[in-house]
Formats: sequence, structure tokens, C-alpha cells
Amino acid sequence: MRRKLLRFAVFLLALTCFSTFPFAPAAAQRPPAEGETFPELQLPLPQKVEEREYLKIESGPFRLSQIKTDIVIVEVFSMYCPHCQREAPNVNALFKALSNRKELKNRVTLIGIGAGNTPYEVNAFRNLYKIQYPLFPDGDLGLHKKLGEVNTPYFFVVWNKPNAGRRVVYSKVGSIGDPNAFIQMISSKTGVGGRK
Amino acid sequence: MKSLLAILSVVLLAAVPAASSLAASAQFQGKIYQPGNLKPIDSKSELKAGDRAPDFTLPSLGGHPVSLRDYLGKKNVVISFVPAAWTPVCSDQWPGYNIVRPLFEENDAVLLGITVDNLPTLFAWTNEMGGLWFPVLSDFWPHGRVAQEYGVLRTDGTSERALFVIDKTGVIRYMDVHDINDRPKLEALMAELQKLRQ
Repeated sequence: MRRKLLRFAVFLLALTCFSTFPFAPAAAQRPPAEGETFPELQLPLPQKVEEREYLKIESGPFRLSQIKTDIVIVEVFSMYCPHCQREAPNVNALFKALSNRKELKNRVTLIGIGAGNTPYEVNAFRNLYKIQYPLFPDGDLGLHKKLGEVNTPYFFVVWNKPNAGRRVVYSKVGSIGDPNAFIQMISSKTGVGGRK
Repeated sequence: MKSLLAILSVVLLAAVPAASSLAASAQFQGKIYQPGNLKPIDSKSELKAGDRAPDFTLPSLGGHPVSLRDYLGKKNVVISFVPAAWTPVCSDQWPGYNIVRPLFEENDAVLLGITVDNLPTLFAWTNEMGGLWFPVLSDFWPHGRVAQEYGVLRTDGTSERALFVIDKTGVIRYMDVHDINDRPKLEALMAELQKLRQ
């Protein structure tokens, strides 16, 4: 009996070490906070030419770190989330404001990640709200897990600080509020597009 | 030895990835009851594609009763049963449908949402969503009778997460009694609706 138990224990240990861990998704316990390093994400190549040009990415899948602007704003949303639906026009206004300011246009990138959304569902959201910045599906929630399984909408501002990696300077759930005030907040924290 | 076995079992269970979970909307933060992972399907429907859909009349949030026969010869009907108000998945499934009304309309379809909750509960819950364009029907009393007739009443008195596509002649063309813990993909439903146009 003792020997059987021992064998079973060894079997469990082997299963744990050699099977489960390597294939378990890398999940963060909580979202990366301000001052911490933003995790590397692998993203699919956007279908739309305009989005590829905006990101300056030609092939995929690609890594978030391949986006070379000083700032990357990452929105985590879901087409099924009423708050995200209400926030969509506001995020569009943010994108427009970023695009219209020549001091920010090539220094800040905005992307969205559709947590639990298939490409079809992301497309439905994009078409309804006429969203022009790149949106990425995350049907299996792999990216969502890496970002600490946040509620939606959630916004990260990532600063590609020289010699310091991808540093999070904003990490919050809920609306970004006034887009211009949001941009000002980014400028004041990083000096990008204004004075620190 | 038994202690070692117990420890190893705990380690193994902790290492197994959690069952599928969906991103929660901040909209409902703190208001959603978390029932945990449930038995995926807890009923057995006798219905199948090709059967005539059982007719019903239920009270609606709009204040007037809604019957399936109201749509005979006029519209395709999608019935979306969701298990219960103020629970995960259900609380975002209908808001998703809420923004794709044109996709239903271009397939000449109406959507009817049904739960076993009473009207006051449905009123509060759907208001939290910001209101819905489609009729929301209460199958509260006699409790779950319509869910029972469609074979989707679970043993705990909630309904399955189930979709029925019924054509204009009243025949079921598609049914998806879905894993209660997961949300049906929108494209699967829309593909079935598009088939009705052929």
C-alpha cells in the first residue's frame, strides 16, 4: 500500500513538473502598477494597412516592444462591456487629439485589446464606433491574463523610457476622463509632448 | 506519506489553469454575484432543429405580454435564455447584443431575452446595462415554465445559457445549449441567421 502511495505521489509530482507548469498561461496576479515594468505582449499583425502603417509594423505576430514610440497607451476593453461601449467615443476623441497634435503624433501610440473577444466581435465593436486605432482580439484571454485579469475598460500608459524599459506610468480601471487632461497627465509624468 | 500525497495533490490542483473566465465589466463591479464554476449543462432538451418551437406568452419589461406567435410569418426570432440576473457572463452577453441590433435587423430577426427572474429584478438589472433595445421577458411564474418547455431549466431553477433560432414559420432552425460558464460566440449566431436568408 505504502509503495502504491509512493508511486502515485511520484506520478503526481511528474505530472505537475513536466506537464502542467510548462503549458499553463503566464498569468499575473494583479495588473502592472505605476513604476513597474509592463509585460511583453505578442500581438497579431493587423489586417488593415492603415493600422500597420500607424504601428510601423510590417509582419506579424509582433511584440509590443516593437512599437517604438515613446508612449504606448493600452486600452483593455470588451465589446460586451457597457462601460467600454460608453467610453468608446471618448477614446476616439483621445485618438483624434493625439493625431492632431504634431508634437505627439509620432510619439504616442494607442491600441486596444478586446478581452475575451473574437476577431468578429472586435470588428463589430470597431465598425459600430468607427474606431481608427488598432484593436486586437484576445479570444482566449491570454493577453488579459498577462495583464492581471483587469476589469474593463482598463487603461495602461507605458513609457518606453530610454535605458529603463517599458515603465508603467498609468494603470487604472474606468474612464480616462477628459482626453486633453489625460494627455496633459501623460506629458507631466514623462515630458513627452510637453514639459515634465 | 499521506501528508506528502495531500500536499502534492494541492500543488497539482493549484497548477491546473482555472476554467474559462471572461473579462468583467467595471460597470457591474461589486454588484455581480459570483456563483463559481457551474456544471456546464444541467438539463436535457427533447427539442431539436426542425421541431416546431413551443409557443409561449410572457410578461415583458415593456409592460405588455409577448407571444412567440406574434412573429409568425413576420420575423425570424432569436430566443436568448440566460441563467439569472446579476451573475457573470449573463451581465455582459445582452449588452453585447445591445450594440449589434443592425446585425439582427439585416437578417430580419428579432431578439427575445428570457430569464427566470421577476420583472422588478430584470428592471433594475437591465437599467444597470443602460437599457436594451430588445424585449426582455420574465419566465418567473409559473417558475421557469417556458424554460421547461424548451428543455433548458436547470435543476436549481435557473435556466441554461441557450440560444434558439426560430424561422418565420415557427420552426427551430438552430439551438445552442451552451456551457453556462462561457459566452456563445457572436459569429456563430450570426452565421445561423444568415443561413435563413438563403
